[in-house]
Amino acid sequence: MLIQVRLAGRFPGPASSPPMSALSGLFALGMLCLAADACAAQVQVAVAANFTAPMKEIAAVFEQDTGHRAVLAFGASGKFYAQLKRGAPFEVLLAADDKIPARLEADGLTAPGTRFTYAVGRLALWSPKPGMVDSGGQVLRRAGVKHIAIANPRTAPYGAAAVETLRKLDLPGGFEPRLVQGENIAQAHQFVSTGNAELGFVAVSQVYRHGRLSAGSAWIVPAALHQPIRQDAVVLARGSANPAARALERYLKSDRARAIMRSYGYER
Amino acid sequence: MQDALAVLGCRAAECAADIGAVWLTLKLATVVTVLLMLAATPVAWWLARTRSRLRPAIGAVVALPMVLPPTVLGFYLLVALAPGGPVGRLGAALGLEQLAFSFGGLVLASVLYSFPFAVQPLQNAFEAVGPRPLEVAATLGASPWNSFWSVAVPLARPGFVSAAVLGFAHTVGEFGVILMIGGNIPNKTRVVSILLYDHVEALEYARAHWLAAGMLGFSFLALLTVYAVAPPSFRDRA
Repeated sequence: MLIQVRLAGRFPGPASSPPMSALSGLFALGMLCLAADACAAQVQVAVAANFTAPMKEIAAVFEQDTGHRAVLAFGASGKFYAQLKRGAPFEVLLAADDKIPARLEADGLTAPGTRFTYAVGRLALWSPKPGMVDSGGQVLRRAGVKHIAIANPRTAPYGAAAVETLRKLDLPGGFEPRLVQGENIAQAHQFVSTGNAELGFVAVSQVYRHGRLSAGSAWIVPAALHQPIRQDAVVLARGSANPAARALERYLKSDRARAIMRSYGYER
Repeated sequence: MQDALAVLGCRAAECAADIGAVWLTLKLATVVTVLLMLAATPVAWWLARTRSRLRPAIGAVVALPMVLPPTVLGFYLLVALAPGGPVGRLGAALGLEQLAFSFGGLVLASVLYSFPFAVQPLQNAFEAVGPRPLEVAATLGASPWNSFWSVAVPLARPGFVSAAVLGFAHTVGEFGVILMIGGNIPNKTRVVSILLYDHVEALEYARAHWLAAGMLGFSFLALLTVYAVAPPSFRDRA
């Protein structure tokens, strides 16, 4: 902040004085915040793609309730892992599985004792067409279904759960030739919503709003058909001293955050 | 053999997947290069010689893929190729299979995406030839068709080599568009750049390394060819 003030001061002319005073004002505010721990802070959060919609809502009420601001980045957990290993500036990770946070902990990159399961995800077979998907997933046996979109099972837990489900369903003629893979669950949803794939396995959170299906038709895959999709969060070492990171960790366990997660179909 | 594969960081079945992707990529780039040369030559010829007022506009449209983020092209293709989209409906009317998630779809996307990389070296080469040799050929009684093939094409040879090599290399290096419309299907749409991305996401860096290093070496050789083949005068113009 000091450097910025000095730089601004270097430009001569009348135009430089208003930004100058604004900057010194900000600077003074910054000093106040350092003194009082409770002052509103920012936290950089990496969020698994499937948790995009609920996290936007949670971040909004988090700011209302605590004054802290959560800056969100959405993407594949595997990519976040690779970035965090190389010093990416995230302070909290909300992963799509429980493996990546555990791995970060083993690597010594997390704040001790902060790893916890924030949500258990549910899988849905979805089509944007009303009436297409029946309540037992029998539509998968239809010959007209040429493409089934899933997230990449190698890297995305929702993709792995989809493959596990398809194996258990024991479809005639198999399913491998009909699979198309999105890089993550958001892309799997995109393939279906644009109509390029007739069906897709998506996260329930992508097609649910306020506890009910927002468009098309879906079959919520019974939890018994795949390993539970346990989604863990962890505070990273660089966030351990940030009060906003710790506040978010607590907030994710609050009733208000839980209610939002439930409305998007998450369990826990 | 086992040791040689181990150096590449993969077991036999995994190496087969990697090699399948390399093979698919080369096949895609070859098909695309042939189509690019057929489509880019008349466009480059027209752009090099026309005095039409449309020239800047057509030139800009042709060059668009050079500056557009691949996601823009990928997104529009995804929408257009869907069974309800304009291209999808046309394809269905002609009895073609769906283009998204197919090799044909990747060919179409790659031709669009690499088009300026083939047009521009050809256009430069045709402009370097200039109108004079063709006028001379005409006074000697050559038809426009004949003088194009026996005068302009031989003189513009370095341009053809550059266009083919750049079109091929750019297709090999394509990523964003294919990620958006490919669907990552083994031996159909899983090209090297996609598989490499997969390996990185799956934290399998050893397997990523040999594909990445291979791409780096290949790209260098491709550019080396372009720079070695183009005569100094042409290089200055391009």
